[in-house]
Amino acid sequence: MSIEDRLSGLAGGLPDGISEGVALGTGLADGYDLYSSPLGEVVVTFNIEGVSSLDLATKGYETRFADRHGRRLFRADPPTDWGRHIPEAMEAGTPGRLPVDLRSRTPFEGRVLQIAATIPRGEVRPYGWLAREVEKPGAARAVGSTMARNPIPLIIPCHRVVRSDGHLGEYSLGGPHNKWELLTHEGVEPARLVELAEHHVRVQGDPATGVYCHPTCHVIRASGQWNVVDFTSTAAAQSAGFRACEVCRPG
Amino acid sequence: MDDLTAALARDLDGTFPALVENAGPGLYWGLRRLCGDHQEAQDLTQETFIRAYRALGGFDRARFEELRLSPWLWTIALNLGRNHLRSRSRRPTFVQMSEYLSSDDPEPPDTAAWDTRLSTLSMNQRTAVVLRHVVGLGIAEISEATGRPEGTVKADIHRGLDRLKRVMEQET
Repeated sequence: MSIEDRLSGLAGGLPDGISEGVALGTGLADGYDLYSSPLGEVVVTFNIEGVSSLDLATKGYETRFADRHGRRLFRADPPTDWGRHIPEAMEAGTPGRLPVDLRSRTPFEGRVLQIAATIPRGEVRPYGWLAREVEKPGAARAVGSTMARNPIPLIIPCHRVVRSDGHLGEYSLGGPHNKWELLTHEGVEPARLVELAEHHVRVQGDPATGVYCHPTCHVIRASGQWNVVDFTSTAAAQSAGFRACEVCRPG
Repeated sequence: MDDLTAALARDLDGTFPALVENAGPGLYWGLRRLCGDHQEAQDLTQETFIRAYRALGGFDRARFEELRLSPWLWTIALNLGRNHLRSRSRRPTFVQMSEYLSSDDPEPPDTAAWDTRLSTLSMNQRTAVVLRHVVGLGIAEISEATGRPEGTVKADIHRGLDRLKRVMEQET
């Protein structure tokens, strides 16, 4: 056999993993890995832009992802130090240093989700508050459907957004009982929220400071709960001489 | 424009996987013979395609018209390879981190003898011989990929093969 023939025999097929690696590196596919969460095992997907989705690791999540995002999904390690940031972000319920990919959402939805991500752990805000924060006070319903389509629950904490009447409302990741579960895990007492909602309490005021807050705001909770005043509307709080908290901005 | 280039110009995202299937084996095995290491050849192949994808995203019709895929991909690959040889500490890429995607070495161990033989060639000769006979590029394509005149490429191949023959005679 000639040396030329022997050289041409040295080539072969494409080794495993290269086409998947290219698809991930170009952003034509997303990678995924499995993590444990308060709701059990979850699948987190990521690409060159950031974390793109989070779903319960139940049967068929690969198909659900492909249907929803139109990209393929491969099991992969997350890039650089995201592997450490993902569990931290899930536990904190905010992205923190973890970049998120919200390209699948409209600019409005992206803004709503980014603001939802600023709600502190252990606190909740009504849909109407989020609508005001994005300067679309009439868009509470649109905010609600944005939460329902949140691609990255747990990390973007839509479980901290509740109905404007104070009831917990729906939850996209497995149903309302999971919202209850997550809020309990964060130290919120959901039963207390329901009780306040049933008494139509929207905000609470601290007579010592003259400031009214959302009932779960850390400012009002730090005041000691024994002497807070319940109000059924912000107007009622204002006419009683209270002013709005600058931290939770109850409107 | 060949069919694949025309398809890339029409639908980059939809066609790119076909480009990888098509050009990937040649790139990987060529790079494998140039660097002698599976993991490195795999990384360089992936990085070549990732850079190619980003570049093609900015191509207009005229650039696609004059694009010759194989030599162009090899221009990228050889540049990456040269920089790689210069500094072995490259920044970690997305794909390098993926332990689930790293594959076992696809090559039988006895082939490693070729890397020893090829390492006796100058880098220009080694590149010309590998691109011509392992990858199967034409002289004009190699000239375009390496930026060296066709006559020089031919001489490199000729001298490289001569050298390999002598090395192999000494083995027996």
